[in-house]
Amino acid sequence: MTTVEFPNEVVTKALVRYVTVPGLSGEAALITLDNGFDHTKPNSLGPAGLASLEAALDEIEARTPRVRFIAITGKPFVFCVGADITGMPLITRREDALAIARRGHQIFARLRNSDVPTFAFINGAALGGGLELALHCHYRTLSSSVTMVALPECSLGLAPTWGGTQLLPNLIGPDAAVTVIIENPLNQNKMLRAAQAHQLGISDVLLDPADFLERSLEWAAGVVSGQITVQRPEIDRGQAWDAALARGKAIADARIRGAAPAPYAALRLLELARHASFEEGTATEDEVLADLMMSEELRSGLYAFDLVQRRAKRPAGAPDRSLAREITKVGIVGAGLMASQLALLFVRRLEVPVVLTDLDEERVTKGVNYVLGEIAALESKGRLSAGKAAKLRGLISGSVDNRVFADADFIIEAVFEEMKVKKQVFADLEGLVSPTCVLATNTSSLSVTEMAADLAHPERVVGFHFFNPVAVLPLLEVVRGERTDDATVATALAVGKQLKKSCVLINDAPAFVVNRLLTRFLGEVFAAVDEGTPIPVADRALDPLGLPMSPFTLLQLVGPAIAHHVAQTMHAVFPDRFGVSENLARLVAAGKPGVYIWDETGTPKVDPEVEALLQVGDRPSTEEQVRERALTAVAQEIRIMLDEGVVQDPRDIDLCMILGAGWPFHLGGITPYLDRTGISERVTGQRFLPRGVASLPA
Amino acid sequence: MPRTVRDVVFVDGVRTPFGKAGGLYAETRADDLVVRVIRELLRRNPQLPPNRVDEVAIAATTQIGDQGLTIGRTAALLAGLPKSVPGFAIDRMCAGAMTAVTTVGSGIAMGAYDVAIAGGVEHMGRHPMGEGVDPNPRFLAEKLVDPSALVMGATAENLHDQFPAITKERADRFALASQQRYAKALAEGRIQADLVTVATRSQESGWGLASADEPPRPDTSLEKLATLRTPFRPHGRVTAGNAAGLNDGATGCLLAAEEVAQELGLPVAMRLVSYAYAGVEPEVMGVGPIPATEKALRLAGLSISDIGLFEINEAFAVQVLAFLDHFGIADDDPRVNPWGGAIAVGHPLASSGVRLMIQLARHFAAHPEVRYGLTTMCVGLGMGGAVIWENPAWEGDK
Repeated sequence: MTTVEFPNEVVTKALVRYVTVPGLSGEAALITLDNGFDHTKPNSLGPAGLASLEAALDEIEARTPRVRFIAITGKPFVFCVGADITGMPLITRREDALAIARRGHQIFARLRNSDVPTFAFINGAALGGGLELALHCHYRTLSSSVTMVALPECSLGLAPTWGGTQLLPNLIGPDAAVTVIIENPLNQNKMLRAAQAHQLGISDVLLDPADFLERSLEWAAGVVSGQITVQRPEIDRGQAWDAALARGKAIADARIRGAAPAPYAALRLLELARHASFEEGTATEDEVLADLMMSEELRSGLYAFDLVQRRAKRPAGAPDRSLAREITKVGIVGAGLMASQLALLFVRRLEVPVVLTDLDEERVTKGVNYVLGEIAALESKGRLSAGKAAKLRGLISGSVDNRVFADADFIIEAVFEEMKVKKQVFADLEGLVSPTCVLATNTSSLSVTEMAADLAHPERVVGFHFFNPVAVLPLLEVVRGERTDDATVATALAVGKQLKKSCVLINDAPAFVVNRLLTRFLGEVFAAVDEGTPIPVADRALDPLGLPMSPFTLLQLVGPAIAHHVAQTMHAVFPDRFGVSENLARLVAAGKPGVYIWDETGTPKVDPEVEALLQVGDRPSTEEQVRERALTAVAQEIRIMLDEGVVQDPRDIDLCMILGAGWPFHLGGITPYLDRTGISERVTGQRFLPRGVASLPA
Repeated sequence: MPRTVRDVVFVDGVRTPFGKAGGLYAETRADDLVVRVIRELLRRNPQLPPNRVDEVAIAATTQIGDQGLTIGRTAALLAGLPKSVPGFAIDRMCAGAMTAVTTVGSGIAMGAYDVAIAGGVEHMGRHPMGEGVDPNPRFLAEKLVDPSALVMGATAENLHDQFPAITKERADRFALASQQRYAKALAEGRIQADLVTVATRSQESGWGLASADEPPRPDTSLEKLATLRTPFRPHGRVTAGNAAGLNDGATGCLLAAEEVAQELGLPVAMRLVSYAYAGVEPEVMGVGPIPATEKALRLAGLSISDIGLFEINEAFAVQVLAFLDHFGIADDDPRVNPWGGAIAVGHPLASSGVRLMIQLARHFAAHPEVRYGLTTMCVGLGMGGAVIWENPAWEGDK
């Protein structure tokens, strides 16, 4: 078999010790997986790691007298988080991918086929290949403190092809397997906590963390000596299997509409697991892994994963972190829904006094009550302790008098989206606050530079653009105005980090990144409809991308009024590229929430009243034409944004679209997709990213 | 009306295997050893609802780092006891666990506690004796204490001086017997029942499991013992072979008011009769058990001939022999340390007191003809501690 090597592999060693367990004669072999680092660098299995495990099993097998059982456990907090993906971008040949698949199977199979009982003592995070290793063991114990049990491969563009698709459904049933293999990964990569994993049947026994290893060894001794019998459920191979697969397909279709191969490949493997022998199933898994690893979707997925894991945590272009000022009090101008959501976020994460202001007492009270209500709800759900809830309640307050902001270090305004209004707010504040108090604006389309222009200290103004719903979407566009200084930027990034948001640093430009691209993108789709393309055709056109929602569904979510307002703003700045749809204006005037209504069965259809008020041309486009046009526009806009220095790097564009618009991993956000379809080269004359970075190497 | 004093009973005790400093437990925390002991005590006594534990008293000599932070409380929290259970840390060097027992025992007797956990830990690999100490200069300046008092081995040599009848040869022979008795008890499966296994981390070789004591040297002989150096004095008598080593380990026990033990259906292994601590010249700290035992006997209205079983800590062979000579007991009396002692199994300072009690409780169960037993030990800086126990299995005068 070909041996592949990963040159920078952080090797997880399989360390072996022999132990005597009271109540069982002879010895047991205890393998510890440990890469020598703490939990910030969790155990993963690359070629050298697998070789180490193989050597450990060889040593144990050769030892006489034979050990009574073999157990595998991890280092503190981590069992094993899967195959080493850092080497995957370097795989250029399908036969190497196939070799990796086979090698994992070869070694894990020894645990399954061992003539002495094998145990996995899952002491910490067990993901992907790490969980598959445990599934190959005859038995599993699980520590109740574990919070990450998952087979997340489908979220990346792979599938659990080291036995996961064959072993899991036959252990916990097909429906639970679909939850773990398809549903959770496609649902923000949700993971199981120990209690849930145990409930599904992934582990045979759940043990307290304080003496997990000792009790696991005792339990294993009990199993081997026959004192403990382990019951496994009977698996329904009939109707239930069909139903589970159908559910999995529905989930995959709803999420990505067939735009990426991985979950569908996983479903085929799950179907196979129903009746195929383990040998046949795993051989097919090998081929599937090879195919997926050589897919563009996976390469884009690895790139996207890396962006979200690393770049999101250390924003590019950030000034020295030591420049950040401490925040001891936050002010929020405005007490509407957005401002109230921001107040809740700030008070929860920063735990400093947060004060809301608005024009009248009624609005202020409403805003403060919203926050208090949310705190109470969190407390009753057990998400906040009584002590913490009391603390937060004491920190939130409201006033109609701006003078409460005098000692604030950070003030964010969420008032009406009009430059005159915002400028007035800042001008009023400037008279009250210190010269270094950060004035942040949540504007989505107005110029931060302009907003700061008339101030005595414009350098402390910064854009701080959240995405709705604030509690869920992780992106925070931090916008540097022309005069914004490094200390303000550093402070804004530090606050963003404390708020547990992913910050991207952007230079002031209309609608920053996400809204600019979405507006350009949607603008083309609306224009096609204006020209006479039927709405269903236009709305379907982007299905092959597998975006989280279709253009008109997005419109319904955002609301025509906002979409129209932003389009008008952008049209004023870039009239050649950003149009204004008369039909969208008509929707707004008619007070329609969107183009769809839902019938009794819950199926959306175009509202006949909307059909009636639209005035369209007679030049309809095909789906293909709509798609081509929309993507061409996006490619053009991104190139302009990079050339204008809105952000430095296509990676920042992709990160914004992934975290702010939910654009999928299999597109790499968007630029990898534009590169691999040839659109970027055709439209802009060049790729956005070099070959191999987010795509198959040349 | 004067308050009623209740009877205090020893319900159960467990200990970790003992290790050699720098050996078995090199990468294991001291507080984790205590946690394991506490959890095992509760596991073995499921009739005891955890919230009925009124106090957790844990002794450690060097209360720094993983032996600091009020270890009785931290270990209770880490062991999963309810937050409503308080805990404290206590120190009387070698007699730490014994002092934890007598202190919470007194609390039980006076009605402040119904049930308590008492024990001790010492990780001498991480916290050698004397770590962080800063003796007051007056000790030496005013000759309050002889300089040799600060070195335990030197005090043992001083004892040999004071009692010339206790020769090196007698000390070695006693040491050999301790090793042999331990080995025999181990072979008969007696030691294992009181041990709780401990997972031992090694970053280099992976996780292991401690399930047996590390210090014993069953293959020793008089010849080998005779060749050992005498580090405390040239041509001296005290060697590493006739003294306890530097060790790591933890012990713990459950104490209760007798009426509460009955209420909860907990077993009663020993009944506390009396206890005493006494001070002696620090430079001969080894004689500490003598006045402590005499006081405990006097308080109990007993004489030494009433004691049917002895667990006396073997910090040094010479101090055990000094005790035996004083009370006219033969060196090889089968009632004394029937399973060997610290010379074989080790002496993690603050933990040893409860080990003596755990073993005495086992001897009581095997000897219903014995009514009273004694656990006693010497303590650095010149003290002794003694506790007299009654055997609930005693069948009465026959």
